[in-house]
Amino acid sequence: MRKLLSSTYKELLLLSRDMGGLVILFVMPLVLIITITLIQDGSFKTINNTKIPILFVDNDKGDISDKIFDNLNKSDAFEIVTQQDDVTITEASAKSSVLKGNYQLAVVIPKNLSSDLQKKVDQNVSNILSELGVEEDTIISNEPIQAKEIKLYFDPAVQKTFKNAVINNIDKMISKIESKSIYEAFQEELSDDPSDNSLLEESNFVSFKEINPKEGELAIIPNSTQHNVPAWTLFAIFFIVIPLSINIVKEKNQGTFVRLRTNPVSYLTVLGGKIVTYLMVCLLQFLLMLAVGVYVLPLLDLPALQVGSNFITLFVVAFFSGLAAIGFGILLGTLSTTPEQSAPFGATSVVILAAIGGVWVPVFLMPRFMQLVSNISPMNWGLNAFYDVFLRQGGLKEVLPEIGMLLLFFIITVAISVIYDKKKRAV
Amino acid sequence: MNAPVIHIDNVSKKYKNADFFSIDQLTLEITQGEIYGLLGPNGAGKTTLISMLCGLLKPTSGQLEINGMSFKKDAKKIKQAIGVVPQEYALYPTLTAYENLMYFGAMYGLSGEDLKSNVTESLAYLGLEKFAHKKIDTFSGGMKRRVNLIAGILHQPKILFLDEPTVGVDVQSKNVIIEHLKMLNKNGTTIIYTSHHLTEAQNFCTQVAIIDQGVIISTGTPEVLIENTEGARNLEEVFIKLTGSALRDYA
Repeated sequence: MRKLLSSTYKELLLLSRDMGGLVILFVMPLVLIITITLIQDGSFKTINNTKIPILFVDNDKGDISDKIFDNLNKSDAFEIVTQQDDVTITEASAKSSVLKGNYQLAVVIPKNLSSDLQKKVDQNVSNILSELGVEEDTIISNEPIQAKEIKLYFDPAVQKTFKNAVINNIDKMISKIESKSIYEAFQEELSDDPSDNSLLEESNFVSFKEINPKEGELAIIPNSTQHNVPAWTLFAIFFIVIPLSINIVKEKNQGTFVRLRTNPVSYLTVLGGKIVTYLMVCLLQFLLMLAVGVYVLPLLDLPALQVGSNFITLFVVAFFSGLAAIGFGILLGTLSTTPEQSAPFGATSVVILAAIGGVWVPVFLMPRFMQLVSNISPMNWGLNAFYDVFLRQGGLKEVLPEIGMLLLFFIITVAISVIYDKKKRAV
Repeated sequence: MNAPVIHIDNVSKKYKNADFFSIDQLTLEITQGEIYGLLGPNGAGKTTLISMLCGLLKPTSGQLEINGMSFKKDAKKIKQAIGVVPQEYALYPTLTAYENLMYFGAMYGLSGEDLKSNVTESLAYLGLEKFAHKKIDTFSGGMKRRVNLIAGILHQPKILFLDEPTVGVDVQSKNVIIEHLKMLNKNGTTIIYTSHHLTEAQNFCTQVAIIDQGVIISTGTPEVLIENTEGARNLEEVFIKLTGSALRDYA
């Protein structure tokens, strides 16, 4: 026990004198969590609150293009630009501006959209009415009308999710305009007073309500902070793989490890000092991240982190996530022979584990194969456990499977390290 | 005659993928209280032999006994009884001399006031008391060598292994180290030592073994070896006569 305490004290001293290591362990994760939350919250606002300037080319100059213009203008998402340097934008100039990245989107309304849509609607209504045997006042021509195409030019740098959101938005708008035109056409044909719009209801009959499932009175609303703080806390915890593996490699290279092998102390005791020290670091990181989420993010106009009533469960999850990260760091340090091997491999592997673990892209959005792969990432187990507590109000019972896997990962990685070291000693 | 503390019986060592034996059927006994010098050119097998005696390497064949114990059965007891001063500075550069020694002393099971007084006294003996609380990475080579030595002797080992303990140090540091080692030996510590400084070995060792290509080619007191080698006036001339003057570069 005394040897373990001495080893822990030595590790604390070494760590406290490694400024670079301390920055990696404490400052970088804080910068990371604030930056990522600001960016993600910002992009969320971009779609919902902040107006994105878009180019609007109106080749129709009719009712429909006016309605599209009004709808886009009224939406919180876009600021409509129709002129550049006092010159009306054409399709060619819009395309060029978007291609240069000056604008993210250009909407080009085709010629005769309004008149052709009206003609098409009238034709359809007329056909339906004649099928029903209703006599019409006006004769509708049956000449074929070509389908119309609203062109959307997207900046190649724009992400797929943004494109989909815009396309869905415009599609919804056009559908609504089309439906309204059909209703109006019917009304015109059937009503005694065509100018009377009282029959037409503009509001949607079916609407949506977002409900966050809750237990009891507790309801934690998911937001960028609630998603980002646990994800990036876990990422930070796993980043200790880098200083820890470098610490082990350095010890081997500077000869102290050889000396320790001649001392009456087991490799497990030497590792024990590192495990205790780095576990303290992990828990401290976790508390710091929570503090940032609760106290600092609101100062930056971000939602505050809601910890809820399961702080102890969160602490337990952080404890076992820390153990898993330490096990990985020990294994990497034991297998590597130079810091040049362990540092880049450690950083890359943590990023890969984070990616397949769902830190960046939720697992349910991944292809099926990657969803299966994500099951082997300890970050996925940790993240699920954190989400269970942070977003689903889960308790210790709910996170047991995940923390069991994290503990198993720690035991396996440390066991491999000890066996590998023993084998290496038997040169 | 003193009892043997080290018994090496027909020990061989061949590294993985090597096509020759670094130690080849070597047999040797070292008795208690000796200062035993293992001398030989580069690649002769000195460090390999010391590494096996410290438990860092396992012999390919043969038996090794330290104080009547083998590493297979009594590794922990042997490690408690021996002290090792490796050739490289096996110290934490960002810790102070005092912190390094407190840590390595604790690894030998020392604690409390015993540990503190051992560290403080040893630092004073070797002229480092003023630098006790300075970080190792600010020390000169000679100062590091002295701290390196203290780290191996804090627990007052019965047997002390030194792999070139004076390499790369100034004369003053070398003298301090040698004098301290002599004092330890007087107090009952058996010393096994490798060096390329043959004059130092001649003055310091009570027994020497000259090793080349993994085998012992001669043993005895420095005086007897000089006497028995025709035309040799000192240990260096004995060494050259026995091992030749060809360069021993290896990679």
